[in-house]
Amino acid sequence: MGNGTSIGRVRGLGSAHSGSHHWLMQRFTAVGNVVTTIWFVVSLLLLPNFNFITVHDWLIHPVPAVMLGLMIVTTVWHARLGMQVMIEDYVHDAGAKFAVFAALNLASFGAVGFGLLCVIRLALGA
Amino acid sequence: MAHATPGPKARPLSPHLQIWRWGPAMAVSILHRITGNGLAVVGIPMLLWWVSAVAGGPDAYAKFAGWVWADCSNLVWFGGLEFILGALVRIALKIALVGLSWAFFTHLASGIRHFVLDIGAGFELEKNAFWSVVTPILAILLTAAFWAALLLR
Repeated sequence: MGNGTSIGRVRGLGSAHSGSHHWLMQRFTAVGNVVTTIWFVVSLLLLPNFNFITVHDWLIHPVPAVMLGLMIVTTVWHARLGMQVMIEDYVHDAGAKFAVFAALNLASFGAVGFGLLCVIRLALGA
Repeated sequence: MAHATPGPKARPLSPHLQIWRWGPAMAVSILHRITGNGLAVVGIPMLLWWVSAVAGGPDAYAKFAGWVWADCSNLVWFGGLEFILGALVRIALKIALVGLSWAFFTHLASGIRHFVLDIGAGFELEKNAFWSVVTPILAILLTAAFWAALLLR
């Protein structure tokens, strides 16, 4: 841990203790978000209306179903990383931080699992 | 290993928000955080509610649409507290949906600004201030264009 100087003692000890991988993943998922959410917004604009039949018949096709599934994965992943940064800035107590991260992870896995189940159920016509 | 001892003088603290003079760069930065966390906390549940409503069938979808995109000229206010609350929640959900679209375009625009900053470009004072002002304005225009395209088609 450092070389004994003031800067050496704090190096690598930001509020998160590490971060290059997190930083890169935030960017990679951001690129995924740009692609999938722009597809989503343009698709919504191209729908003639938002009746159940229209929306349903759009989403049961393979390409829209896959794109929507990917959008759920990439946006939730990105949101999970982004919320982590906010929590690291505002929650200082180590125990509270651990608990909030545990809850954040459960919510993220739950969101992706639930969203993908809905998409699969739609695409497979249950 | 001997640690260098900190000097006896109290080190200056970073000034807090209320002391800082606000500039465009810090405004767009905090806007990026607010819209991002708003999309995470409100937007993703809304997206999941919508997907599950479509997967759930016509009744679930009608229920979703009846809450999130209710006809505000035709709200039922009378019949007790639950009706008043129901009408208020419907109005709030409609505002939330429009707000989410604004948050999405704002986060998208300032996110693309971050991509530019990541490659080391756009840090010159004037250029940085210019794009810090332009991104949120561009996002408002995109939000307006999105709703105009949806509602006026």
